Amino acid sequence: MTEKLFTRPKSLLDVPTHYCPGCYHGIIHRLIAEIIDELHVQDYTIGIAPVGCSVLAYDYFNFDMFGAAHGRAPAVATGVKRVHPDALVFTYQGDGDLAAIGCAEIVHAAARAEKFTTIFINNAIYGMTGGQMAPTTLLSQRTNTSPYGRNSEACGHPIRMSEMLATLEGSIYLARVSVHDAIHMTKAKRCIRKAFELQLQGKGFSMIEVLATCPTNWGMRPLQAVEWLKSEMIPYYPLGIIKDSTEVK
Amino acid sequence: MPKPVFNTERCKGCGLCTSVCVRNLIFLSEQFNSKGYQPACCKDDTRCIGCLICARTCPDVVIEIHK
Repeated sequence: MTEKLFTRPKSLLDVPTHYCPGCYHGIIHRLIAEIIDELHVQDYTIGIAPVGCSVLAYDYFNFDMFGAAHGRAPAVATGVKRVHPDALVFTYQGDGDLAAIGCAEIVHAAARAEKFTTIFINNAIYGMTGGQMAPTTLLSQRTNTSPYGRNSEACGHPIRMSEMLATLEGSIYLARVSVHDAIHMTKAKRCIRKAFELQLQGKGFSMIEVLATCPTNWGMRPLQAVEWLKSEMIPYYPLGIIKDSTEVK
Repeated sequence: MPKPVFNTERCKGCGLCTSVCVRNLIFLSEQFNSKGYQPACCKDDTRCIGCLICARTCPDVVIEIHK
């Protein structure tokens, strides 16, 4: 019999996704599903899907999923986690959902030290609605609503959400990772796994920010988008562990 | 010997796997799948070393590595 060295994780359903070619959502979904398989928590995992491209995440994951109103995934996750304190609860949110309309929810969830994990997908643009400027859009980045490039005079500077939440006492583990190559994918998986493990130990709020590409709305080919992520996004959004209160000082 | 197996109907032809193969074995096919994408395929699977990088890079879990 053929041995499979690599195959689809059990927690990821065998269905085609609606994501554009080269979109990192698929990779991040797979990493989450692999971690849930490795931790053997599929039966008591509850994910909260946001509004945005990943709104249909509940069709792809093979465990319980919730759909929340735009930006309100942390509020729904708060309720779910308080009712099911033993469950592994995570929200999966994009930058339009988390950093714009849902900014208040995520800040207060972190401030209250709610014991769930947020996977924050930062691709510096609104994807599903057609490529408008997001709070995380880089300066001079062209989008449909900033055709001459984002201008700090009129639109301010991009928000670094992880650094912002790091100032709150309630957040215990914040990291920014990328999945553009095998090494970074391994680091990303390690960080997400650690966040889930801390949650299962009953510690406070954790968030993993994953930098992602949006080839369609950036107007690039998938491989060009990877280069753009490396050359433009990573310098502004430095990778690494932003805060880890569990480390012994 | 490790061997990559492509689910060509699921492939969206993004080409991310073509750039990561350490042996440069993966390329986009001339043929189209039923969705109209040119799927990735391997030109010589006997030379695959089973590093799994292509499979892990694929956003759509198109590639399985069999042994």
